[in-house]
Amino acid sequence: MTATGDAEQPIPHPALWGVLYRNSTPFWEAVKRHELELQRCAQCGHWLVPPRPMCPKCRSADSEWVPVSGHGTIYSWVTYHESPHPAFEVPYSVVLVELDEGVRLVSNPVDIASDELEIGMPVDVVFEDIDDDLTLFKFTRAA
Amino acid sequence: MPSIKDAAAVVGVATTGFSTDSGRTEYSLAAECIKAALDDAGLRPEDVDGIVKDVVDGIDAMYIQKAVGIDNLTYASDSRYGTLPLLNAVTAVAAGIANTVVYYRSANNASGKRAGSDFRAAKETKDESLDMIRYDFHAPFGLLTPDGAIGMAVRRYLHEFEVSAEQVGWVPVVCSEHAAKNPQAIFHDAPITLADYIDSDVVVDPLRVLDCAPDVDGAIAIVVTRAERAVDLSQPPAFVMANAQGTSTEGEQLSSYSRPQMSGLPEMGLLGDELYRVAGIGPNDISVAQLDDRFAPLVPMQLEALGFCERGEGAAFCEGGDALRVGGRLALNTNGGFLGEGFSYGTNIIEAVRQIRGTSSNQVSDAEVVLVASGAGGPADGCILRR
Repeated sequence: MTATGDAEQPIPHPALWGVLYRNSTPFWEAVKRHELELQRCAQCGHWLVPPRPMCPKCRSADSEWVPVSGHGTIYSWVTYHESPHPAFEVPYSVVLVELDEGVRLVSNPVDIASDELEIGMPVDVVFEDIDDDLTLFKFTRAA
Repeated sequence: MPSIKDAAAVVGVATTGFSTDSGRTEYSLAAECIKAALDDAGLRPEDVDGIVKDVVDGIDAMYIQKAVGIDNLTYASDSRYGTLPLLNAVTAVAAGIANTVVYYRSANNASGKRAGSDFRAAKETKDESLDMIRYDFHAPFGLLTPDGAIGMAVRRYLHEFEVSAEQVGWVPVVCSEHAAKNPQAIFHDAPITLADYIDSDVVVDPLRVLDCAPDVDGAIAIVVTRAERAVDLSQPPAFVMANAQGTSTEGEQLSSYSRPQMSGLPEMGLLGDELYRVAGIGPNDISVAQLDDRFAPLVPMQLEALGFCERGEGAAFCEGGDALRVGGRLALNTNGGFLGEGFSYGTNIIEAVRQIRGTSSNQVSDAEVVLVASGAGGPADGCILRR
């Protein structure tokens, strides 16, 4: 899964556009180490997914990055049949995984065909080193 | 408590007509359309002292002033979505900041680059907005388009309420029937059948091509003035009974994935409650509505959120199509909706005005009040117009 495009103006993989929302930097640094960490309020323990600068439950600005199980179930998914970007060959699926911690992450399935996907399917996180600069987390059928 | 109820009216409307390639600048489309809406109202550009532009439009109000000959403004604002710019205009009029406000939206979304479609351009212009969630957490996995983003919620709705494509498909079928009779609608010269819908290409499973409203080129303009002035103009006024927005906990643009349930539209429920409170009427008083059919499966969800049926019964409401046709329980999108005229906010208000005036191509007899709602799957907005 590498970026392709016309020779004059290569179109980078969307993951290489860079971390834009700076609250998420620790998340992607952990993924680089093949770890899944999410932001949690240090005061009341509310998960802050997606990351944010303040806890909406207790209004504390103190947060911590905490390792999570990487185990969950498929909560929803979509399958693209028309490619929106040259880095993605169709058909491909995007899953919304609900982790055991009760929070949801967007990702891709690995080794699960689109017609095998179903809501409630147990999945585990896996990490893919795309190249030196890019590591992504994905989900495969739970062992 | 102060209220906007019946303080303002829509007195002039126009579109340039829509196409997939206008061959013109957005500036020229906007200027022509604003002049046409003022002509419709029987007003002159000199009468305008307020402008609200939709943020998709790059043409600043000052350039509109230069082209259309509007000398002085006491109110000029940017806004977005279908009826939120109307709310800006209505509140400016109700508060006495302006007498006559034009809301316009002009965009070459089909032939040009659709607003919001270029993530990398957005990256350069935006900082740490929550929208960046898309770029950090969705884009790396190829979740790159509005239909993909909302598809996650659509699948939850279909799953939780055991809704079939054969039920949802009646929304595009009825919209196509209405579009076929509306000369303004550039899509669906002839109605589609449920079989056409079922057989149509799946773009992003669970959405078919016929579920999704196509982008178009074109402009709309809507003229709002004080209620007491509205009665002396060229057209029967459409009084604004209520106009509001609704946003709710853990909301995102089409990707509210963090809320406990994704199969409903809580912001649309909030919007409906507020519209009914201000207007002093309820869903049982409404027999024609313009709902957001940018993605057809969101229509049954809106019917539930806006109180036209119970939770989980929206698809059954749509099945067979009769409830959604003219003369049915709730005539839906009598212009053909965004599925028929193309995805351009503002056309939903304009069709509601046609119903109030009695000039719709699919006229509901004695249409006293019309509900308009858009922003399904994100910040919701809407209004109730009356004769």
